Amino acid sequence: MAFMLNSFLVFGQGTITPSWAMYSILGVLILAGLSALVGLTANLIDMEASKHGVQVSEEGWFTKFLNQFTGETKSSKLHKLNRGFDILINGEVKSGQIISKPVSRVALKPYSFIGLSPIPKVVVEVGQTVKAGDEVYHDKKHPEIKFTSPVSGEVIEINRGDKRAIADIIILADKDQQYKKFNAPGKDADRAALVNFLVDTGAWTWINERPFDVVPQLSSQPKNIFISTFDTAPMAPDNNLIVAGNEQAFQDGIDVLARLTEGKVYLGLDGSNRGQLSSAFTKAKNADLHYFEGKHPAGNVGVQIHHIAPIRSGEKVWTMRVQDVIALGKLFATGEVRRTAIVAITGNEVIEPQYVSTFPGASVAELTQGNVTDGKLRYISGDVLSGKQVFATGFMNEKDDQLTVIEEGDFYEMFGWLMPLSPRPSASGTYPNGLFPNMKFDVNTNTHGEKRAFVVTGQYEEVLPMDIYPQHLFKSILTKDVEMMEGLGINELSEEDVALCEFVCTSKQPLQQLLREGLDYMRTEA
Amino acid sequence: MGLLQFLQRIEPDKKKSPLLHTAYDAFFTFAFTPNTVTKGGVHIRDGMDLKRLMVYVVLALQLCYLFGSYNIGHQHFVAAGQHLGFLDAFHLKLAHGLIKMLPMFIVTHVVGLGIEFLFAAKKGHAVEEGFLVSGALIPLIMPPDLPMWILALSVTFAVILGKEAFGGTGMNIWNIALLARVFVFFAYPTEISGDTCWVSGYDSLAAGSAAEYGWWHTGFFNSIFGSLGWPQFDAARTVVVDGFSGATPLALAYQGGMEAVNQHYSIGQIFWGAIPGSIGETNKPFIILGALFLIFTRVASWRIMAGMVLGVGVTGLLFNAWGFNAFMMVPWYYHYILGSFLFAMAFMATDPVTASGTNKGKWIYGFFIGMVGLIVRVLNPAYPEGWMLAILFMNSFAPLIDYFIVQSNIKKRTSRV
Repeated sequence: MAFMLNSFLVFGQGTITPSWAMYSILGVLILAGLSALVGLTANLIDMEASKHGVQVSEEGWFTKFLNQFTGETKSSKLHKLNRGFDILINGEVKSGQIISKPVSRVALKPYSFIGLSPIPKVVVEVGQTVKAGDEVYHDKKHPEIKFTSPVSGEVIEINRGDKRAIADIIILADKDQQYKKFNAPGKDADRAALVNFLVDTGAWTWINERPFDVVPQLSSQPKNIFISTFDTAPMAPDNNLIVAGNEQAFQDGIDVLARLTEGKVYLGLDGSNRGQLSSAFTKAKNADLHYFEGKHPAGNVGVQIHHIAPIRSGEKVWTMRVQDVIALGKLFATGEVRRTAIVAITGNEVIEPQYVSTFPGASVAELTQGNVTDGKLRYISGDVLSGKQVFATGFMNEKDDQLTVIEEGDFYEMFGWLMPLSPRPSASGTYPNGLFPNMKFDVNTNTHGEKRAFVVTGQYEEVLPMDIYPQHLFKSILTKDVEMMEGLGINELSEEDVALCEFVCTSKQPLQQLLREGLDYMRTEA
Repeated sequence: MGLLQFLQRIEPDKKKSPLLHTAYDAFFTFAFTPNTVTKGGVHIRDGMDLKRLMVYVVLALQLCYLFGSYNIGHQHFVAAGQHLGFLDAFHLKLAHGLIKMLPMFIVTHVVGLGIEFLFAAKKGHAVEEGFLVSGALIPLIMPPDLPMWILALSVTFAVILGKEAFGGTGMNIWNIALLARVFVFFAYPTEISGDTCWVSGYDSLAAGSAAEYGWWHTGFFNSIFGSLGWPQFDAARTVVVDGFSGATPLALAYQGGMEAVNQHYSIGQIFWGAIPGSIGETNKPFIILGALFLIFTRVASWRIMAGMVLGVGVTGLLFNAWGFNAFMMVPWYYHYILGSFLFAMAFMATDPVTASGTNKGKWIYGFFIGMVGLIVRVLNPAYPEGWMLAILFMNSFAPLIDYFIVQSNIKKRTSRV
């Protein structure tokens, strides 16, 4: 401050002589000199990097420099995402050991699939026994697409919810699993034979189609297929661990997927060096590898699609989870539906966070028995950002590989908005959290404030590494402006991509719900 | 938690007395964050909410409040040629400043919050926190001698027509605090222009005019100071000295460039703020501290601030090159500390609701405020300051800037190959 003052005093006391032109020329020269220096350094670094076998992007340093501000980096192989936010929570799994926990009760939940008509046709009856791979239900609008049982056992309950919609179908799993035998098509089979086989085995429903996150129709031709091999969500399981021992199955799965699209299969890999990557990912054949470096949501497949080959109007792409790719590989190798779910049990109310190997749709009570604290808890099938709340007596969703248990926050907090009594995760600069970058938090479900109108701007962009204007998109959803929604990129988004925006939102807006309303509206309009 | 139970017991009935319930709810949620839990969507929420956001802006203004109040008193005595040292007669200056400042603060809040509560009760909404910041800003941008009824009227105008008519916090197009000021500016121009208004406590600044003291001066504070044996307010001795003008540095610069300014004020004085002006704008270091606080906590957008600095620099350089009159020849870098540029930059232009919503738009928005504001400051013969008008002007254009940026994003997406 004193320096500033002095310089004013020294320079001051009069009008300027028209030497400003000289100053500006000098300024331009300095800038030019600096940029030459920066360019040279950047090139040297790139050369050194390529010597060590690191893929470098082909962009000039200036573009890269600009991208620092816009957060967009487009390169052939390595994508650096500058925007995002990692929420660090206590209760991550520390040990890499996977405990086998074959639960006795498993549920299928038709409503966990988006776009099914509410009352699917259930083809089994209570008391009937099924094998893994037997059809359990199908959508009345698309009876050809079968939803099959992941386990063998006895159907013990078919529960109905509101308006007689099927809530869940519960199966008592056998101790010794029986698998229905299918005849896998050979390597030279045409696409139609592949599709028929997938539909018969139920593997078709493992495919997720974007936009809208639905099970694809049989006529659907994906432009590309995307698989994210890492998950950056809070406390998410490590796919390197999951794929260990299943490397061949994973590669088989990719080979099958490659035959289903005329485009490419893209793998998104962790470029942040969080740990050793499995060779199943780094040496995958028949697929294009793209590394992503950055905080959450860099691991979201939607973000990766946006940076690899964004969805254009009218196009469809498919995505698949790593565990389903493995199951797909096994299916073609054995002709049997052998689905296991490796689930990370996490959260600050879990006594011993651990990986368990179980069936898809496993009973939550059996998974968490004796391993959670007392008190009011929230059970989440999935992560804290985009998972779904389930009852303690309920079941996991089929496609979730994480079970999170945190505290319910239904208590008042005195001056909680001004002087919080306990540390809490926050992306805002008003908390000193930035000073403790590795600090982990105990979280609860309190909203920490009330819902308000949109006030703050620029907040969502900071945690969404995509070239999208979220706030304008949400406003166009509120006004149901289809053209605007599509133009602003609603088709590139899914709930999990905007979940961080919802987390940081100062106005506590329900953004995921809003996005789904927009997507549903688009789907019915189309 | 005895207090919590007590507060819950006295909750008024929402149906019978909506206004009372709204007021109760506002104070209750002020004291206790509610026990609501997440439903649907995310399961955990950031610790940030609108209350916290707003209070951080108010915190950033505290040093300006402190200095502004004191400076009211300081200028009052400088006009009389008394206690010329800045810290001389500290108690008198502070007392006089508080006598001027506190009523403004109270009137602004009673009127503004009163209207907010009324509308919230009518709409059945919770009271939104927007006025916390507007209410803290309004006293700081007014002249110290502004009559209370004009202040009340201007706040009423700004809150009802500027905000509630558009749907409340988050929906307004123009900056509420500046709307209040612009109301005074156009409806009661004599109260906010000329040299007299920036020095408080005198009817006129003609030599020999005596200070006007009320009960708070002579009755309340004098009795305290008298009992302590300190100097007291003395209207008979506090008269305007010969040759005192009360002109602000900008008014002087308009007449004769930097030379005219330097005859009255040193650059140090202008920088540190011991000059006449709107209450909160004079001390530059404290405003810069506030601005840095807002930037580090990411409450305000650094892009807008940087855009404004750039806009003023470029326009200032152009004026220097043109050099038509003495004001144009004021070196461009002095424009940063003259007048209320910094205050407008840190606290006015950065209002997220009325500014551009896109990051690129914020640069453009800031740049044009800097440009337009300096043009108004230098070229407008009637009033040598431009930030209020420039910001309100660019508030109107912010949606247009966003529109073009959003359209270019749409175009990019639809033409993707």
